[in-house]
Amino acid sequence: MDMTFVIYKLILCVVILLLSLVIAMYATLAERKIAGFFQDRLGPNRAGTFGLLQPVADGLKLFMKEEFMPANADKILYIMGPSLTMLVALLSSAVIPWGGSLIIAGKEFALQVADINIGVLYVFAVISIGVYGIMIGGWASNNKYALMGAVRAASQMISYELAMSMSIVTIVMTTGSLSLNEIVAQQHGMNWNVFTQPIGFVVFVICAFAETNRAPFDLPECETELIGGYHTEYSSMKLGFYLFSEYINMFISSAMIASLYFGGYNFPFMDDLGLSHNMITIIGTVVLFAKISFFGFLFMWIRWTLPRFRYDQLMRFGWKGLLPWAIANMIITGFISLLIKNNFFAFLTK
Amino acid sequence: MLSQYLFFFLSFVAIVSALMVLLSKKPIHSVLYLTLTFFTLAGHYILLNAQFLAVVHIIVYAGAIMVLFLFTVMLLNLNIEGEFQKSTIMKFIAAIGGGMIFLVLIGTLKSFDVATVGNPELTQIGLVKNLGKTLYSDYLLPFELSSILFLSAMVGAVMLGKKDKQ
Repeated sequence: MDMTFVIYKLILCVVILLLSLVIAMYATLAERKIAGFFQDRLGPNRAGTFGLLQPVADGLKLFMKEEFMPANADKILYIMGPSLTMLVALLSSAVIPWGGSLIIAGKEFALQVADINIGVLYVFAVISIGVYGIMIGGWASNNKYALMGAVRAASQMISYELAMSMSIVTIVMTTGSLSLNEIVAQQHGMNWNVFTQPIGFVVFVICAFAETNRAPFDLPECETELIGGYHTEYSSMKLGFYLFSEYINMFISSAMIASLYFGGYNFPFMDDLGLSHNMITIIGTVVLFAKISFFGFLFMWIRWTLPRFRYDQLMRFGWKGLLPWAIANMIITGFISLLIKNNFFAFLTK
Repeated sequence: MLSQYLFFFLSFVAIVSALMVLLSKKPIHSVLYLTLTFFTLAGHYILLNAQFLAVVHIIVYAGAIMVLFLFTVMLLNLNIEGEFQKSTIMKFIAAIGGGMIFLVLIGTLKSFDVATVGNPELTQIGLVKNLGKTLYSDYLLPFELSSILFLSAMVGAVMLGKKDKQ
């Protein structure tokens, strides 16, 4: 391993970390602006031009607030809860290909932190350990409402994990690879997976909403039943971490949707422009972020449009609605890929 | 060199956290230490170049089974310290049982020829492609049978958990 490689990866890690944080920060502003737009009001516009300094002011406010810890809370676990949530939220950004590759001084630098050959499984693993932060935080606060909220959040996340994994499995079946880089590369030239996997796409997006605990699945937080849910007892920046990790999750989920179903950094006519390799990569990254912004907007759009589910409806929808659809989609995909492999559709092209 | 340091670090954490599973007073701490042990074992798998096994280990054990453990422990609220005080005869039986298992373990390990693992970079069996090929060609029948076993266990659990309609 030569030194330039290590330094390059370190720089990439820091850049992606900072980007995720800044984007999540401004996603809170975008959320409030869009909420304002949907409800025919202005939204935050006092701090800075167009309220651009609002996230900074919010962050400062959270830092200045009193740190409060319940008397009988488990101290270490109480602090571990929000920290773990934040850590896990940032983990999956490591395998997402943020762009093609840059060629600098004859060397190729891929815009992906870790191109592991089990990228999709890594994402599954990160999703599956996402419940720990919430469970630990809810339990450690030593509050019945927090515990009930944590249990609710965790059971919701576990239930929707299944359908989500099933919908990603179909992608793996059609592309024949577990590496996210390979999956994105195969969607080159408008071969976007969304055209071949429409059902999988819908299931995945719905599950992504449920996994991030966003409306219409924001049941863990319920003022009349559970007060604040799992973060009832949290204050100051610990609460900030919980709220903030929701936006990071949203950003990463949007990036996953864009990479798995909408071609990632690929864009139409990218070979016909006649630009240099590096230029294409940079445009590709910009296009990827445009796609991510669109899905981020979709998250907010749905939050301010749809009413929320009731809890039993949510569970029934997850287990009896989405999961059968995902399994049926998987079986149909397997069947059709087998037919294609055996040249069953050859008569169509004759 | 780096992998050697990693091996010692992971082994140290694994042993300490495995001990803490037994020593910690609160059941919830035990569950969390057990999760940490699973993570360190996954690290060992990665050092052996078995990435698929490592990730599946995390998904299944840390992501599913331990979360259910956590659920159970939290909801039963097994938080009263010293709840596990057992009678003398129970301790006696437990000591004999544990000692016998220890003897069996020693006996097995003594006769076991320690296979030297070749260079993990060269043994590619842990990679998902090779593992999948082996699993779906050489070991297809055991694989299918074990999935049927899992399915029947799942159906049985649902049957038992179902309330009577009367």
